Amino acid sequence: MKAFTLVLIVTTALVSTNLRANQAIEQLQESYRNTDVTSFKALDGKALWYSEHNGRSCTSCHGASPSAADKHRKTGKKIMPMALSVNPQRLTKISKIEKWFLRNCKWTLGRECSPQEKGNILQWLQQL
Amino acid sequence: MIGLLKLLRWSTGITLLGSALLVGLYGLSASSIASGYKGDHEKENPNRFGFASETNPAYQEECDSCHLAYPPGLLPAQSWTVMMSGLDNHFEENSELSEDTRLEILNYLARHAAQAGDKVLRGSKDEAQTRITELPYFIRKHNEIPEQHVKNNPGIGSFSNCDSCHQNAVQGDFDEDRITIPGYGRWDD
Repeated sequence: MKAFTLVLIVTTALVSTNLRANQAIEQLQESYRNTDVTSFKALDGKALWYSEHNGRSCTSCHGASPSAADKHRKTGKKIMPMALSVNPQRLTKISKIEKWFLRNCKWTLGRECSPQEKGNILQWLQQL
Repeated sequence: MIGLLKLLRWSTGITLLGSALLVGLYGLSASSIASGYKGDHEKENPNRFGFASETNPAYQEECDSCHLAYPPGLLPAQSWTVMMSGLDNHFEENSELSEDTRLEILNYLARHAAQAGDKVLRGSKDEAQTRITELPYFIRKHNEIPEQHVKNNPGIGSFSNCDSCHQNAVQGDFDEDRITIPGYGRWDD
């Protein structure tokens, strides 16, 4: 009975964390939708993640797999996995997501990401 | 007669001991007065280098997500101002912040920045130097360390990762007796 209660608590905690991330993503994707952007494609998000621009890509700091931790290429600071399935603490705060999209798209692509691109990447990280 | 001699010896002893104690007490109070002339953060934390007892959650959150939140007293206010004005190219990284957060962090750094006369600024001619590792003081302090100990060391990579070797750097503890170089062990100066 005790074990059952524990499992129940842990499961509830995990689900609710995931829900928060899912809610944040849903809310953001809703804000990205307009006449041109109607749906988001995980595969397009994946393609953008791995695409290289002047020797830079998302993998420069996040590593070869978003399901694994890696180190910042310059400072050596550990960067935790981005995939929600292994790191449910990711993508739970809208302002934080937008802040890092702004910084990292500018660094990697030399420009801001479009609403379509951001929605696609979120879709992919959520499904991984 | 013998009684009088004993009394004389006793009172001489008391006088000598008393004067010694007084001189000692004066010495202690004089040194605490002298410490009042040190820079602000040194006065706050005489043994902590550049450390500010006031912490700032935004500074921790925003800066520590990529690197050690360097003790603010390691650079003068002008350096922090220059650094915080170019966050879109922060040592070739983009670390842009909202204007509110940027100003909050800059104010915090400026409040606890190094001041003229602080030892970290000794010999420094560039008042807007943004690289702590290029301060003459820093260079002097690290000139005995072989390059392969740091730059070619996978556990460190760069002199800017203070806390790789000064494990309590975030508290401003750069004491020479508490240095451990990854892969090489304790460093004895």
